[in-house]
Amino acid sequence: MDDNLPIITLLGFGPQGWGLALLAGAGLTVAVALAAMVLGMVLGAALATVQGLRVPVLARAAAIYGVVLRGVPELLVVLLLYFGTPGLLAALAGLFGLPPPESPPAFLTGCVAIGLVSAAYQAEVFRGGLLAVPRGQIEAAMAAGMTPWTRFRRVIAPQVLHHVLPPLGNIWQFNLKDSALVSITGLAELMRVSLVAAGSTRRPFVFFVAAMALYLLLTTASSALLHRAETRSRRWAGGQ
Amino acid sequence: MNDEIAFLAATALAIARALPVTLLLALAGALGASLLAALLVAAHQTRALRPLARAWIFVFRGTPLLLQMAMVYYGLGALDAVRHGPLWPLLREPLVCAWLALACCCSAYIAEVLRAALAAVPRGQIEAALACGMNRRTRLIRVIVPQLVRLALPAYGNELVMLVKSTSLASTITVVDVTGVAQLVIAHSYRTIEVFCLAAAVYLALTAALTAALRLIERRLAQGALP
Repeated sequence: MDDNLPIITLLGFGPQGWGLALLAGAGLTVAVALAAMVLGMVLGAALATVQGLRVPVLARAAAIYGVVLRGVPELLVVLLLYFGTPGLLAALAGLFGLPPPESPPAFLTGCVAIGLVSAAYQAEVFRGGLLAVPRGQIEAAMAAGMTPWTRFRRVIAPQVLHHVLPPLGNIWQFNLKDSALVSITGLAELMRVSLVAAGSTRRPFVFFVAAMALYLLLTTASSALLHRAETRSRRWAGGQ
Repeated sequence: MNDEIAFLAATALAIARALPVTLLLALAGALGASLLAALLVAAHQTRALRPLARAWIFVFRGTPLLLQMAMVYYGLGALDAVRHGPLWPLLREPLVCAWLALACCCSAYIAEVLRAALAAVPRGQIEAALACGMNRRTRLIRVIVPQLVRLALPAYGNELVMLVKSTSLASTITVVDVTGVAQLVIAHSYRTIEVFCLAAAVYLALTAALTAALRLIERRLAQGALP
């Protein structure tokens, strides 16, 4: 291979260029972060709800989940899930006398790993948001005869949304950056593609700069979008 | 059963031997990041250096640390200017590269924390200090810094916990820290879950100890503070 290809060829869209692969990697990065965000949101909201209930065992379990997942490096969670689940699934299948199943795809384990960590942080955010709704408003909604769903949709959600959007935006940015850790599972997201390109062309500096630029583009674009969403959510916040 | 216990004991010993590397990286990283962050905040106060500080914070907060480590270890090493430069004996070492990336990355986050705390010091207090005739130095030492420390500590502590967790990324550039040893043991034994759980417990103990220590300091500092 020619060692002195110009940078424009290396990053271009020609047969020797990695432009398309890098863009596809960036797309996969967004997909991993998005899936992890959704999973984290569902699980995080569930954890926050459980911590608000007056069931000591469940509340304690949710609190321990938060402490553990926020105290352990994200890399270890990804490694544990990626290398640990095939054995665990095989053991589980063995219990029922089934043949060991195929290992889950890297995309799935990656999303779940990042999502589990994200959930621990999102639970904190939702808990804070729920505490910010004045107790009297919920009582007033009950007195007005609203069903739990209407109460949630018309009284709680609009106010919580306004409180949780900025910290959720932060968590989104972390998800975006944490998705780079999924590269160790071999999933061809942006980090992985840049490593592969760096290895096969022996021009790591060029490709890491390109990957950094793409990550910056993703984080900047999403922070601009989030800023707009925050301004809009303030409409329902009662003139604050 | 005995086999299992012997294996876990051997693994725990191997992880304990790698603990100093993780601790050194965390300690040196925290020191470097804090110093750099203070410099960044100072640079942010001057008109000439502000764009530089802004760009630094933008780049290091907007890209993953994993990529930054790869950049320092593989990327810089591929440049002739670095390879033949005076710093090459240092930049050849993965541990130094990991430290450099960690300190640069965390400095950007800590600088934002310090900047927010600085902005939260009431303007009237600085004016009062000026009115008392305090000079720049006295003002900084007796009025600004004591409040800055109190205001910044909770968020600064969070960044330190993040930093301790981030040291595990050094294993991706061949540093044999706690995570690195865990991966080596697994490569030999194929016992994934036990080994990773042991490593996770080590990090959990480190972050829990750090959080407890920070809470203690916070409570100490809160004495004598205005309500």
